[in-house]
Amino acid sequence: MFPILETKEIAKNVYLQKIQAPRVAKKRKAGQFLVLRRTDAGERIPLTIVSSDPVEGSVSIIFQAVGKSTTEFARMKAGDAYLDVVGPLGLATHIEKFGTVVGIGGGIGTAPLLPIATAIKEAGNRLLSIVGARTKDLLILEDEMRAVSDEIVVTTDDGSYAKKGFVTNALQEFIDRGEKIGLCIGIGPVPMMRAVAEVTRPHGIKTMVSLNPIMVDATGMCGACRVTVGGTTKFVCVDGPEFDGHQVDFKELVMRNRAYLREEKTAMERIEHKDGKCMGGAAVPAGGGN
Amino acid sequence: MADATPKPRPKPFSIPRQPMPEQPPHVRVGNFREVPFGLTPDLAILEASRCIQCKNPQCVKGCPVSVQIPEFIDLVAKGKFIEAARKIKETNALPAVCGRVCPQEEQCEMPCVLGKKGEPVAIGRLERFVADFERVTGNVEVPGVGAPTGKRVAVVGAGPAGLTVAGDLVQIGHDVTIFEALHKPGGVLMYGIPEFRLPKEIVQAEVEYIRKLGAKLECNAVIGKSITIDELLEEEGFDAVFVGTGAGLPYFMNIPGENLIGVYSANEYLTRANLMKAYLFPEADTPLNKATNVAVVGGGNVAMDAARTAKRMGAKNVYLVYRRSKKEMPARVEEVHHAEEEGIEFHLLTNPIAYHGDDESRVHAVECQKMELGEPDASGRRRPVVIKGSEFKLTVDTVIVSIGNGANPLVPSTTPGLDTNKWGNILADQETGKTSKKGVFAGGDIVIGAATVILAMGAGRKAAAAMHEYLKTGAW
Repeated sequence: MFPILETKEIAKNVYLQKIQAPRVAKKRKAGQFLVLRRTDAGERIPLTIVSSDPVEGSVSIIFQAVGKSTTEFARMKAGDAYLDVVGPLGLATHIEKFGTVVGIGGGIGTAPLLPIATAIKEAGNRLLSIVGARTKDLLILEDEMRAVSDEIVVTTDDGSYAKKGFVTNALQEFIDRGEKIGLCIGIGPVPMMRAVAEVTRPHGIKTMVSLNPIMVDATGMCGACRVTVGGTTKFVCVDGPEFDGHQVDFKELVMRNRAYLREEKTAMERIEHKDGKCMGGAAVPAGGGN
Repeated sequence: MADATPKPRPKPFSIPRQPMPEQPPHVRVGNFREVPFGLTPDLAILEASRCIQCKNPQCVKGCPVSVQIPEFIDLVAKGKFIEAARKIKETNALPAVCGRVCPQEEQCEMPCVLGKKGEPVAIGRLERFVADFERVTGNVEVPGVGAPTGKRVAVVGAGPAGLTVAGDLVQIGHDVTIFEALHKPGGVLMYGIPEFRLPKEIVQAEVEYIRKLGAKLECNAVIGKSITIDELLEEEGFDAVFVGTGAGLPYFMNIPGENLIGVYSANEYLTRANLMKAYLFPEADTPLNKATNVAVVGGGNVAMDAARTAKRMGAKNVYLVYRRSKKEMPARVEEVHHAEEEGIEFHLLTNPIAYHGDDESRVHAVECQKMELGEPDASGRRRPVVIKGSEFKLTVDTVIVSIGNGANPLVPSTTPGLDTNKWGNILADQETGKTSKKGVFAGGDIVIGAATVILAMGAGRKAAAAMHEYLKTGAW
């Protein structure tokens, strides 16, 4: 069993949990993820590791309660335990001296961005960050990102906080003012990552994105997470989760993430029915979706 | 429950091979319960009395783990079922599994003298019977193990090979820890072979037996990620490591449309259904697409398992698409027979060339071409050749690609000094399991490529003996 040491809601429906998992904490590097299961009937849910404390033997995750499993995770309290925690999985982020790096986090995507941004900064890069959300209530980790960034721009789509607009507008401004960008990392909803890749493509700026497809075992055994990159099929769980944003077939990824919408709705309706209230929220893929 | 009373033995040759009662096909396609019910005590005694107790038993030579077959059958014939189970367990720690999934017709039963003129003794069914009898009657006894040797062994992968190594070495007195990447031990016995062929409760009971012998088990430990082989040897104090990580990398055909929604690898489909229990959705959280028309591509045992699982998941039509003829199918005759009985439609000499999807990217058709058999290829089987202009489409909403598995690279890619062949299989000595890296042994599918449970167990048995020798002498 893997007990929860701390849990808190850091934005609307977004939760930070610190979990006791010594093996994962010891090995984990920026960019890697873990898989969680709450009960014996539970599905295997992959989530990025935001930080770890090898001495305490703990790892921290951030997730949005959108599907059945993540809604149930959100209801767990300190002292409750996960049945299974597996990791660290996936390849660690390739970190080197790139010069100036732009790190972009959209919505919940800022959670996986933070550890990568931290490692990028520690490697001696100049870090320009863009942190965005649809609206103020959904913005996370602004202070944490500010602490590791040389410069930070915060955006909200609806203008309810900081600069009104999309993260891509801020990215365009960095490019327009003549920044020599060695690497751009964009993590967030698929449409955002696709948009980031389209902004950097004409300028030939190397752009990495971190993908979050449906997974089952997450060790390369099943192929549920296949994605087309540069015309070749890759397994995100072992070949990723980070890929060249200019090579990823985002259209296919969007479609594949919709594979279990119907089933996810059924599962959500069951817990809503049990609660006797409507939870609302968008459906996300089960089978290791969110 | 007392053992059944033995009756006077009739003449062996006068008794026909006893059939095993099973669920009729029209009933079993509607449930995930095990297909055969197993022999009754009376049927088992009758079947056992067919054995003529050869002085030089060929059946034992046919068994990769050398089960003392005539001895255990003699005990069955005398109604001593518990003693029979213990006799098997002297050389096989997983008899309830082997009695169900071993290809006995190619192994112990093939050389049986009775088979020369009639039908061989049903050794597999008897093995299954006594193992079940021992378990169900609560008579499983854990034998004493050797005095502690002070040596520590890490076993990577809790599948058939790893469990055999663990069982053998812990009995000698070594301190054994099994590391399993998934959340449940058993490997392919849990994620691959379906409930209706091998109930998961039985797998867990057999794993529990190995644990009661004294082996430790750590699930959720992905060797190569959570810990490396070098760390096991250098930091965690293990004296030797056995790698039995299996064939866990699904092959695809690289044809258009293979990433459409509804196209699964057999590994994914079966893992969802078996390990994650998708057939209980929404009681279990992991779903599978509801399908009416399913195409399974391939002709092996895994393809049969996938096809029969799809039928039980509610598919109306299940097509098995295989590029050669029935004769060349690698699946066991019994599995093919069960699949046919359950209404699986065979499209032989047929090969998929593309998948087509709807506007939501869900697969709705598989485009195939017909094949004919040409000259024999490297495998000795006649090579399928395309018949030009024979293209046609099958309407489907799920496809299960079951054309085999490669070696999972997680361990080889993170273990310096561990050599592999060009397909990524670990190079290991066939007799000892020794790899290119001192202290590291390997066996099962990670070495020989996707094969059978019992071959993996056989490799585990040999490796365990060599590991014991290495632990004793330190000689490599």
